[in-house]
Amino acid sequence: MSSTAQAADPRPVPSDNLVEVEDVHYSVGGRKIFSGLSLTIPRGRITAIMGPSGTGKTTLLRLMTGQIKPDKGRIRFDGIDVTSLKLGELYDLRRRMGMLFQNGALLTDMDVFENVAFPLREHTKLPEPLIRNVVLTKLQAVGLRGAARLMPSELSGGMARRVALARAMATDPDLLIYDEPFTGLDPISMGMIVRLVRHMNYALGITSLVVSHDVEELAELADMGYILAGGRVAAAGNFSELKKHDSELVNQFMNGLPDGPVPFHYPAPDYYQELLEGSA
Amino acid sequence: MSLLREIFENLRSFVATVGAVALFLLRTLVQVPRALTRPGLIVAQIHNAGALSLVIIMTCGLFVGGVLGLQGYDLLQRFGSEDALGTAAALALIKELGPVVTALLFAGRAGTALASEIGLMRATDQLSAMEMMAVDPVRRVVVPRFLGGLIAMPLLTVIFIAIGIFGVQVVGVQLLGVDAASFWSQMRAAVEVSDVMEGVIKGVVFGFVCSLIAVYEGYTAVPTAEGVGRATTRTVVISAVLVLIFNYMLTAVML
Amino acid sequence: MRSNRAVELSTGLFVLLGFAALFFLVTQITNREYLTNGGSYTVQAQFENIGTLKPGAAVSMAGVTIGRVESIRYDQSIYKAVVDMRISSQFNRIPVDSDASIMTAGLLGGQYIGITPGGSEEYLADGSRIEFVQDALVLENLINQLVASFSQRSDSKGDN
Repeated sequence: MSSTAQAADPRPVPSDNLVEVEDVHYSVGGRKIFSGLSLTIPRGRITAIMGPSGTGKTTLLRLMTGQIKPDKGRIRFDGIDVTSLKLGELYDLRRRMGMLFQNGALLTDMDVFENVAFPLREHTKLPEPLIRNVVLTKLQAVGLRGAARLMPSELSGGMARRVALARAMATDPDLLIYDEPFTGLDPISMGMIVRLVRHMNYALGITSLVVSHDVEELAELADMGYILAGGRVAAAGNFSELKKHDSELVNQFMNGLPDGPVPFHYPAPDYYQELLEGSA
Repeated sequence: MSLLREIFENLRSFVATVGAVALFLLRTLVQVPRALTRPGLIVAQIHNAGALSLVIIMTCGLFVGGVLGLQGYDLLQRFGSEDALGTAAALALIKELGPVVTALLFAGRAGTALASEIGLMRATDQLSAMEMMAVDPVRRVVVPRFLGGLIAMPLLTVIFIAIGIFGVQVVGVQLLGVDAASFWSQMRAAVEVSDVMEGVIKGVVFGFVCSLIAVYEGYTAVPTAEGVGRATTRTVVISAVLVLIFNYMLTAVML
Repeated sequence: MRSNRAVELSTGLFVLLGFAALFFLVTQITNREYLTNGGSYTVQAQFENIGTLKPGAAVSMAGVTIGRVESIRYDQSIYKAVVDMRISSQFNRIPVDSDASIMTAGLLGGQYIGITPGGSEEYLADGSRIEFVQDALVLENLINQLVASFSQRSDSKGDN
């Protein structure tokens, strides 16, 4: 399926995949979230993962980063099996991943500069002038060098996310994961984030994974997408293909139809019947 | 039948909670040596738990001491032994009131602050973000706060006791006219260094209990506004109950 | 992080205050002053009965505390309680024929040792023993004596 996406893309085809998810099963409290999920994230590209609410997009991210373990199946990051790593090895691996949380998740007790410096201070013994250079470079890249001494509480939602991006970039990761990066942003901030994601990806050769349900923005941003539904991949491919996909569910999701396989009504007894019972 | 089952379920969840707290404690203790390499973080937490609680501790110490002076004087003068006021009040403060009241105030002031701070970090994904940056939040967030509370609490306790004795002295000697010399000399004659150590040991134990409960509740808080609020309440309630139970046990052992 | 210095300063003040409070409690509230203030010497006394005397109790002369009871042990060979008292060096003119008695301070007060000076020109030194002692008053003995003297009196009345 990824071959179709790549064929439609004019950019050079990466030889392999950075992340491979293979037949993953996962359930919480008896509720099945994934049953046989398989997908691949190609190196150097922007891949979107979409799906209606509650399809386990965030769970997938947590599986990929090793925060939770699947019941069955395999997840490989650059050939390393994430599911079998010990905590220490997992932490080593995570230094190669950066993650942007929904509202930035900046550490509230330190200012912007210290937030971006945080991973450097934790993992390296770099001298202070060098840390300063790295932090200011990253902040400059997201256009917030001037905000270095502001506290997170003084930032707007879009600014906080840009700072979080600078922080995720501080250790120069191979993979950047964006969890719902557009939620609650005004169009200007949204445009900035889209531009930044593209810039980080192609200028620095980073692989990007965007999890969202904002189909319009993703169509503009991502090279290819997966749509999750019912615990597995419902459709995959580039966006023009996805829009024309013949599955009803994919059609409903991609074109934003109010009713379809995902029903408008929450399951309820017959409307007419219930009204009659009330009057009886 | 269903009542029995309910009791059994409650008992089971109680045991499970004790187990979870114990495992969490183990996780915390394992990380202590590595956390000690960053003393700056611990100093900041001693500041939060200790220095910021100082005013409330000193105020309460003064008034608890003052009321001890009033009640102690009233009681002792019925036996014509008001000279023993210093002894009675000092022992009460050192062995019971100091550690217990300080612990209750600590749970209310520093414990809730800790729980809500960590709970909010959980609710706003800050802890997950740390995990993603390959930083263990137990080492970076929990351990310094736990150690900070553990260190601050005995210090607060002795400050409370000292201020409390000053309060007794103000009321007893300056207001009610107990002879200053016999007030102090009787106190000195009766109070042993081991009594002071008893108070300090209680302070350490209560600091341990209150800090552990606060960081545990914060760390395991349901990541919503409501969940953080509930964690804060639970911190105060559980800390207070545990402090009083531990106080009885420690007193029984050390008396 | 901007107010790092301020945090360190107030934390330092807090810690110092804590240790000052501990120091105050240990030195000013408890009875260690004679061990720390410029030396002391030990004298011994043997009692038939020490009552409820405890280590740490005051040793006083004319109502002024001059030392502390350091240890109390029972000597099986003489069937007596041996009490060691540590007395501050500044009180170095206690006659050797002084009398040590166990007294009770007030109704709720504990027992202490009161020393009544004798007339000798020689003074107690480290390791000396006070020969003249008066045991603690034991309530039961007092009552027995009282009862005995009453019954004697009533006996003599009966003879009349």
